[in-house]
Amino acid sequence: MGMTIAEKILATKSGTAGLKPGDIVDAYPDLVMSHTATWRSVSVMRRIGATKLFDPKRLAIVLDHVSPAKTEKYAADQQTSRSFAREYGIEKFYDVDAGIAHLVLMEHGHVRPGDLIVGTDSHCTIYGALGAFGTGIGYTEVTSVWLTGKLWMKVPTTVRFTLGGTFSAAVSAKDLMLHLIGMLGAEGCGYRSAEFYGDALPHMSVSERMTVANLAMEMGAKCVFVPPDARTWEYLESRLEGGRCAPVYADHDASYERDVAVDLSSLEPMVACPHQVENVKPVTEVAGTRIDQAFLGSCANAKHEDLEVAARILAGRRIDPRVRLIVTPGSRQILLEAMRSGVLQTLIESGALVTNPGCGACAGDGGMLADGEVSLSTANRNFLGRMGSRKSSIYLSSPATLAASALRGVITDPRGLI
Amino acid sequence: MQSIIEGRLFKLGDNLNSDIIIPGRYLIHIEPAELAKHAFEMLGEEFPAKLQGYDILLAGRNFGCGSAREQAATAIKGLGIKAVVAASFARTFYRNAINDGLPIVECPEVYEAAHEGDTVRISLAEGRLEHAGKAYGFPQIPPSVRRILELGGLANYLKATLQGGG
Repeated sequence: MGMTIAEKILATKSGTAGLKPGDIVDAYPDLVMSHTATWRSVSVMRRIGATKLFDPKRLAIVLDHVSPAKTEKYAADQQTSRSFAREYGIEKFYDVDAGIAHLVLMEHGHVRPGDLIVGTDSHCTIYGALGAFGTGIGYTEVTSVWLTGKLWMKVPTTVRFTLGGTFSAAVSAKDLMLHLIGMLGAEGCGYRSAEFYGDALPHMSVSERMTVANLAMEMGAKCVFVPPDARTWEYLESRLEGGRCAPVYADHDASYERDVAVDLSSLEPMVACPHQVENVKPVTEVAGTRIDQAFLGSCANAKHEDLEVAARILAGRRIDPRVRLIVTPGSRQILLEAMRSGVLQTLIESGALVTNPGCGACAGDGGMLADGEVSLSTANRNFLGRMGSRKSSIYLSSPATLAASALRGVITDPRGLI
Repeated sequence: MQSIIEGRLFKLGDNLNSDIIIPGRYLIHIEPAELAKHAFEMLGEEFPAKLQGYDILLAGRNFGCGSAREQAATAIKGLGIKAVVAASFARTFYRNAINDGLPIVECPEVYEAAHEGDTVRISLAEGRLEHAGKAYGFPQIPPSVRRILELGGLANYLKATLQGGG
């Protein structure tokens, strides 16, 4: 019997042959990421009196949520994380200027195809855009991996997605994923691995694959894989640490729990409505809904390509004066690229407020909503009160729909504007 | 951790996410009592106090979905809740609950049958839940992982194993 990608990676990282779904193994991750939560893992380490790390080279720390510090408490916590990184010689340490952990780690070549990566963030699934097994854990478990090098993992079953056709104008990876989440539900891939294939994939950029692997978490996926191809190698060529990796592909006779096929050309712009990501509707059904804020940010859709799509729609136009358009580039590198490409200038001239890179308003840091306010957002979650008042509402969309909506002041179908 | 847990149920719906259990703005805390002050407050200001009158949460499918924040489990413990019974759990919450020493029981049948305020009796060792004169079985936590829960969470487990030279 052939093996899936998740089965193979867990077999390699646990040194166990012949794994099958449901088996539990002790796996040794290649990388353990902790973000702004790092101080909590440090506090556990101190509480239990431990001092020795399994391998400091496997730690990556990025201060991305609530950066820079907005209160003394945050400042003190960040100081704890910084001191820890210095004391233990953590080379993969990135401070508040770097951006969102996931994007920063991929940009710096710390994510290699075939790696097993765990971290204090549910959207670690994004590493699957480069063929790595990424999954989220809590901060005490991060401490445990720091100290012991391992964690228990259950081998998941796998759902195979086959993507055919090409996107219509103004439709993108975000619309595809909202469509899938709406179709399969918030638990549609619960405890499962998701592998993506199909004729459409060679045409999808690494940026789009990141959106796919990121959003799949919202249907419960434990890990996501886009098998490495020419586009992956092109992205990694100048980045990869040590220039080497061991990519993992599924066997042709691997066993899948379910097959899901999507024709991209049949998709239209989609919007997730309050207060669940699975509450998905075509943009045409919610068009005309008034918005107070438009947030172009998050690990789902704040890459240069995302900013560029918005800039194309907003070029030479002014956003509706009733809308606050907040743009938070995903990383420092993306911010620099957007400066060089002119995208930043276009966005600012159209009326956007550009913030420093990081998680920003997605995690409720800046851009909070008052009672009765509505935000459209390119992020991955629209949960009740996530961006402020429990009487506020969040809708999720692609960058194109977001830009079109900021322009009109109401949720707007981007087709015809691009 | 007690092996027998008995008490009154508070019933919640499907896809109850970790942002509702404890909003991101309170993640600057890790202490159970501090987190409990704001647990479930998105459902209404009265919620933290109201839930303290119950012993066990009964939820629908995909409980604890969304963010991997461990404080979701910590906040529930801080309320004095002794266990969470759900039709199913999101994997991040499942792990965090074990790592925080909060017993979790996956039992979709009782979610359909039980009402708010009902009393249930859970035997973790036997994998058995009793409600209204009826007994339900539930899948036990993997044996290799049960020790973490028995010691009251991963920090205690780590302390014990590291001291034991393991």
